[in-house]
Amino acid sequence: MSTADKNDKTERAERLSVFKTYKLYVGGKFPRSESGRVYEVTDAKGNWLANVPLSSRKDARDAVVAARKAFGAWSGATAYNRGQILYRIAEMLEGRREQYVREVADAEGLSPAKAKSNTAKAAAQVDAAIDRWVWYAGWTDKIAQVVGGGNPVAGPFFNLSSPEPTGVVAVLAPQESSFLGLVSVVAPVIATGNTAIVVASEKSPLPALSLGEVLATSDLPGGVVNILSGRTAEIATPLAAHQDVNAIDLAGADDVLAKELEIAAADNLKRVLRPQPVDYTATPGIDRMTAFLETKTVWHPTGSLGASGSSY
Amino acid sequence: MASAFEYAPAPESRGIVDIAPSYGLFIDGEFVEAADGKVFKTVSPSTEEVLSEVAQAGEADVDRAVKAARKAFGKWSALPGSERAKYLFRIARIIQERSRELAVLETLDNGKPIKETRDADLPLVAAHFFYYAGWADKLEHAGFGPNAKPLGVAGQVIPWNFPLLMLAWKIAPALATGNTVVLKPAETTPLSALFFADICRQAGLPKGVVNILPGYGDAGAALVAHPDVNKVAFTGSTAVGKEIARTVAGTHKKVTLELGGKGANIVFDDAPIDQAVEGIVNGIFFNQGQVCCAGSRLLVQESIQDELLDSLKRRLSTLRLGDPLDKNTDIGAINSEEQLSRITSLVEQGEAEGAERWSPACEIPTSGYWFAPTLFTNVTQAHRIARDEIFGPVLSVLTFRTPDEAVAKANNTPYGLSAGIWTEKGSRILAVAGKLRAGVVWSNTFNKFDPTSPFGGYKESGFGREGGRHGLEAYLAPSSPEGER
Repeated sequence: MSTADKNDKTERAERLSVFKTYKLYVGGKFPRSESGRVYEVTDAKGNWLANVPLSSRKDARDAVVAARKAFGAWSGATAYNRGQILYRIAEMLEGRREQYVREVADAEGLSPAKAKSNTAKAAAQVDAAIDRWVWYAGWTDKIAQVVGGGNPVAGPFFNLSSPEPTGVVAVLAPQESSFLGLVSVVAPVIATGNTAIVVASEKSPLPALSLGEVLATSDLPGGVVNILSGRTAEIATPLAAHQDVNAIDLAGADDVLAKELEIAAADNLKRVLRPQPVDYTATPGIDRMTAFLETKTVWHPTGSLGASGSSY
Repeated sequence: MASAFEYAPAPESRGIVDIAPSYGLFIDGEFVEAADGKVFKTVSPSTEEVLSEVAQAGEADVDRAVKAARKAFGKWSALPGSERAKYLFRIARIIQERSRELAVLETLDNGKPIKETRDADLPLVAAHFFYYAGWADKLEHAGFGPNAKPLGVAGQVIPWNFPLLMLAWKIAPALATGNTVVLKPAETTPLSALFFADICRQAGLPKGVVNILPGYGDAGAALVAHPDVNKVAFTGSTAVGKEIARTVAGTHKKVTLELGGKGANIVFDDAPIDQAVEGIVNGIFFNQGQVCCAGSRLLVQESIQDELLDSLKRRLSTLRLGDPLDKNTDIGAINSEEQLSRITSLVEQGEAEGAERWSPACEIPTSGYWFAPTLFTNVTQAHRIARDEIFGPVLSVLTFRTPDEAVAKANNTPYGLSAGIWTEKGSRILAVAGKLRAGVVWSNTFNKFDPTSPFGGYKESGFGREGGRHGLEAYLAPSSPEGER
């Protein structure tokens, strides 16, 4: 599968390695693209790595349907339960760490020239990505306490503001950071109870597609995260215009595409997170979570029922 | 319905307010004419009397005001928070001192009853300035990072339904956080904002920190599009909100939008009927229904529909429509001829689509813009009066059988601003409130506001929250640990 395998000229050279057919991850299943199209993914040196699905608009729409279907149960799950599942993702990733190190090294041109130091770099990225899941796993049951709370209104009312997920979020994964960047934009979206349609890095989609395999075995309900590979502009356009998508993270769009998508997103007043320079190795703030949260404020009288004079 | 005793007229004196025959734009601390000399008239919607002639801002004026605000920004944002706080406290106090004058002015220019300007609008306006005054020197504790910074020049466009209150919602947090402001009031209600300019003068607010540009939609559009505006805040229609979202696409302007609504007021069979009726009336007839969070869709549990409607109709028959300056008036004038015709046409459409229209017997004044409180029954979710925001005293009544059906119907709208729940069962309140996709849920009450309480919508009702700690976010650039921005 990787170039490292193919260049392996040891005594076991006779054995032909088994390639993996990379597939999309939609609704908890692994479909090929509805379009039947694929495109070629290479490593930084241009060596062939895999043919991956070139998703179509129909795939994007299917992913929205899956994400919407999953939203009720996921947003309604307890924050504790969501935290457990996010932590489980870290556990599963840890077990497949070597695979991701190889894929990230291939994807980001970190091999094979200076194999050793580059593997170390890829390993650092993967470790940081695993740790990021752990970080967000801990946030699921704390964010409401940090950004919500009681409001001391001037009257006999109980008044409470709580954050709630905004709904279905389209996430354009960053183009350059194929795994750490990807995890950094997906985890905050689902930690807060949203469901996601993720458009993988166009050039380096393999770590994202492999992530689907981990998510599928991490107790994450099908449809909470849906992963598409293909041309970012082609898939993002119908997502930005989709009436049943509530928000869009433009991290993986260039300025021209971002503007176009932001205009399309205005049609149903999607929440938009604009692209901005981010150092994904730094500890994230809470902005990526709050960007996809609504605040609901509930009022209720305390005791007095107003003009009627009746009381509790 | 004839009552035993008639109310004697109880008019508030309009002598307390001096309205000048003409007003300029307020730019850089001065009242000035519009660059192209244009003016427009503002009329009292209850009498059609011309109240004053007001300078009409155009693109050149927007540019001039933004420049003044930019110039003022450096010093204003560098002031210690405690000093900015004192300016806001001064403003709050002056508003309290002049609240009777402002209430009368607002009633004259807007058409809403003095009872509401005096008892709802003005106290809340002062309270907003007091609340945000106190934040100005505590911003590092607000949860937006230790070095949260103001954004710069805020371009703010506000509607005509709560002219001074919307100004307070916009200006108080902007100033507290160290931004400077260019605000465009609505063309039908410019006067209270111009009086506010005078309050800024009395408070000694530095020149250019607040600029007021009366004008039409073109001035608002120019303000939103101005390249030197860092923050756009808008309250108004969803259609204009979408246009603004398109305008700011690809820029770094921060945006908050408070847009339309089609609030569901859900009454369960165990609700206290009398209180629910008061809540329904308050929900849709407060401010002539010209409220974005109005409870314009009444969802009644089928088993109590007849009883509730009887009570509601009886209550509506006691509402007094007429002179907004009369202290006993419940229903004032519709804000403009244009708005009246919008309401009229939607109501006609409701009838044409087969819904049943009912209004209490009520005398309509011969001059001014008036619409009787109106109730529609036999309404289905497909009717336009159940889907479109009417922004008038028109209530559409629908029914449901189960809580799940109530939630499904309540959420069946592109809007998501407000909702009401009436039931004696606590667990039901909390369960239903949790399932409603709306930014504000009033249970066993309706249309309550407070500066400490965040307000704003889900879905197409816009983004961002105003009020409370949340309201600060719109005017701050957080000091991000990622080192961005």
